[in-house]
Parts: sequence; structure tokens; C-alpha cells
Amino acid sequence: MAATQPATDSIISFRHVNKVYANGTVGLKDINFDIPRGQFLVVVGLSGAGKSTLLRTINRLHEISSGEIQIDNEAISAYKGKALRQLRCHIGMIFQNFNLVKRSSVEKNVLSGLVGYYPTWKCVLGLFSAHDHQRVVQALDRVSLTPKIFARADELSGGQQQRVAIARTLMQDPHIILADEPVASLDPRTSKDVMDTLKRLNREDGITVIVNLHSVAIARQYADRIIGLRAGELVYDEPIANVTEANLDQIYN
Amino acid sequence: MANPEVPHRPWTQRYHVAAIGWSALLIALLVASSIMTGANFSIFLANIDQFFALLGQMSHPTWAYTKIIIQPLYETIQMALLGTTIGAALAVPFSLLAASNLVTNQILRNLIRFFLDLVRTLPDLLMAAIFVAIFGIGSTAGVVTLAIFSFGMVSKLFYEVIETIDMGPLEALKSVGASKVTLIWYAVLPQILNQFVSYFLYTLEINVRASTVLGYLGAGGIGVYLQRSLGEFNYGATAVIILATLVVVLIIDGLSNHLRRVLL
Repeated sequence: MAATQPATDSIISFRHVNKVYANGTVGLKDINFDIPRGQFLVVVGLSGAGKSTLLRTINRLHEISSGEIQIDNEAISAYKGKALRQLRCHIGMIFQNFNLVKRSSVEKNVLSGLVGYYPTWKCVLGLFSAHDHQRVVQALDRVSLTPKIFARADELSGGQQQRVAIARTLMQDPHIILADEPVASLDPRTSKDVMDTLKRLNREDGITVIVNLHSVAIARQYADRIIGLRAGELVYDEPIANVTEANLDQIYN
Repeated sequence: MANPEVPHRPWTQRYHVAAIGWSALLIALLVASSIMTGANFSIFLANIDQFFALLGQMSHPTWAYTKIIIQPLYETIQMALLGTTIGAALAVPFSLLAASNLVTNQILRNLIRFFLDLVRTLPDLLMAAIFVAIFGIGSTAGVVTLAIFSFGMVSKLFYEVIETIDMGPLEALKSVGASKVTLIWYAVLPQILNQFVSYFLYTLEINVRASTVLGYLGAGGIGVYLQRSLGEFNYGATAVIILATLVVVLIIDGLSNHLRRVLL
């Protein structure tokens, strides 16, 4: 690792990234940008502009067609099997629909954030260390849900489920959190809870956070920097200080 | 206020042409197959008195026979339980491999499905006859037959359940770096477990009934007694056997309903 010390302090770099779907639809078109370590980056754009695709190329849930994505100055496209799973270990992901296993307990859902760190047979038998069980309690405490640890996930409200999803991500001890429309199915108050929690993790733990949002108002409130996508192209990239209502409009026109 | 303009609906849609057409075709096919196979409803009506005569004899069950059939009925339930368990256990890996939302390799999936179709095509009576020839008269042949029969049926039911699950948790587990097996254990099984139990009990119920017929071919269980009573025209005893089987089926059905409620 010493040989590949980061030349810059970018945690993620996109270099001429293109994504074309099998049916010919262009997902991403020549995307180039760098994300500095510890940034709170918000991606905005219309539905279908490629926001979700962009996010999922970072943990390789989607493959790119050409170009290169580097994480910690290492190209990730060639990762396979164990190396890929190890990459994903350190990248948390939050989803619009929370994606909890609804019929499992909150505890089991949070523990599932650890499965990348354990061999398969230990996961199947549920042999997590006492220390990790303790960490579940701590993670739930950070999202104020410790009393719900033994509840079934589907007994919780939407906002609570999203906080369980954040606790699951915390178990990963992530360097990066990707959040795909994390508040799109929540009411304004619980939205604020969830966004505040993400911001706190960004500030207190130094986790790089990348959030897809369609609400420009929330984007302006939380972002360090906003980038805009339109039809798979990067059409906007400004630090929050330079963002104005007028120039944001160019993303949508 | 002016009426809002409603989009034009084509006449084929307005008069339900497709639905009526398909219904007419289905009825035509039914009539045609009745004529071609020579299945004649008038024969059924002409001989209905014999049916009632038989039913009359069966309406006086020989209750004393109950004591004799308890042991073979017990054996039948054990056979059904063993066969269903073995079949369902084997069905789990196959149904996972046959589910289109888990296995993207179409060739592998179609191969597995073809194999399952093949297994389901084998008539259970034929299998019982073959296994009686191999393993000899007794319940071993019955258990093997029921296991294979359950395997074929349960695999299909299972993979259809798997194809309806919520894929969100799978994506989440994939994103934390889970291996394939962990993915299935954490994100797939909890979603399907209750339906698996429900289908398992349904198959068990079918197998209790099926094993009475298998006994006919010497594959053990209560079927042997059913055959004997019919052979001796002892319809009172036949009635007892049918009623006893009904009781077992009702118990399994009740159990199934209860478990489904509890597990849901």
C-alpha cells in the first residue's frame, strides 16, 4: 500500500466514465470529477438523469462501459470476487426504500452490515463476536433506536427504518456513504432527522457522503458541493458558496 | 362546465372481443375433446343408480374396522412425512437455482427447470410400481416415490415464491460485500420461510392422500387395506378408511392454517 500513497487527497475520482445499457440507452456520458476526502456531496437532477447509476458505479452495483473510477487512487474496475467484496465492505449504502429485511429483527438487520467482514459459515451460523454485538447497541444508540433492537423491522415507521439502515451502514465502519434518495419516501420532519444524521456522520467521523436528491432545497441546506446531472452528463459542479437559484436552474432546463 | 374529453376506446376493447373470443374457444375445445375421447355424459347418468347403491353401502361404516387400520394409518403418515421432508429439503437448492431473479445464467436456469419438468412428468403410480420392483413390497418404495413426487412439485412452488420477493434487501446485502450464500441466508430465506412452511404442509396433505393410492401397488401404508376392503366388497370398511384419511387431512389443514397465522 505504501507505494500507492494518494497523490492527491481525492477519495473518489471519475475519469471519462461512460455507461451504455445493453439496450443502447446512454446512462452516463464522459463523467469527470474528483471527490475530496470528507466532502458532503449532493447530486441533483431529474429522474432518469443518471443519479442512481452514478452512485452505484462507485460500489460496482452497476458496471461502467468505459473510463475509470478510482477509490483511494486505485482503479476498481478489475476487482473481482473477494477483492470486490472487500471494497464494498468500506462503502455504506442507504436506499430510498430502506431495503431492510422486513421480517427480520432490527438487531439482525444491523448485524448484516458486518457480513463482509466475516467468513460465510460464521454469517450463516450467526457467530458474531461479543464485541460486534456491543457495536450493534452503540450503532443503534447513535440513531436513537436502542429500545427497538428486538423489534421486527416492519413494525417500525419509515423514518425509523431508514435510521436502522444507517445503523447497518455504521457497522461497516465505512469511509464512504452513498445515499440514493434517502428521504424521498419520508415526511419533512423525518427527512430532517435522516439528513441531520448523515451530516453528523460526515462532520464527526469524517465519512465522505454522497447523496442523490431531487429536492434542491434540502441539497442547498446540507451540501458542501452540488453537482448536477442531465441526461447522463455532468452539467453543473459548484461549491455551495457559489450555488444560486439561477444557476441551479440550468440543470433542469 | 364542459365535459372533459375522454380518449377514444376501440370497439374491440368496448365489446370485450378478446375475452369473449377466448371463452368461446375454450368451450369449443371442451366439447371437441369430449366428442373425440368418447367421454359420454349419458353413460354417467344411466349408471348413476349404481353409484348411489355403492354410496348406500358405504354409509354404514364398519366401525370395528377402526382398530385394525390405526397402525397402517400411522405408517401412512410417517411415510408421507418422511417423503415430503426429503423431497422439500432437496427442492430448496434446486428452487434457488431455478429462480430467475437469483440466477442470471439463463442456460443453467433452463437446464434446472427442464430437469424439474422431467421429474414432474413421471407419474407417481409408475414410480411406485418401479420402486416396488426395486425395493420390494413395503414402505421404502412408498417413501422414495413420495420424496421424488414432492421434490418435483415443491421445487416449482418454491421457485415461484422466490421470484416474488422484494429485491431491495438483496441489493443492500450485496452493497455491504456479502457472498452469494450469505445473501441467500440473510435476504432471501427470511422472506420466503413462511410460504415454504405453508407449501410443505400442503404437500404433506397431498402425500397422505397419495400414499393411500400408492399402497395399492404394495408401497406400504393404509392403501393395502383399502385395496383389500374393495376387493372383498367390504364397503363399510372402505368408508372407515376414507373417513380416517379425512380426519388426518383435516388435522394437517388445521395445523397449516395455524402455522401460517403464527409465522406471518
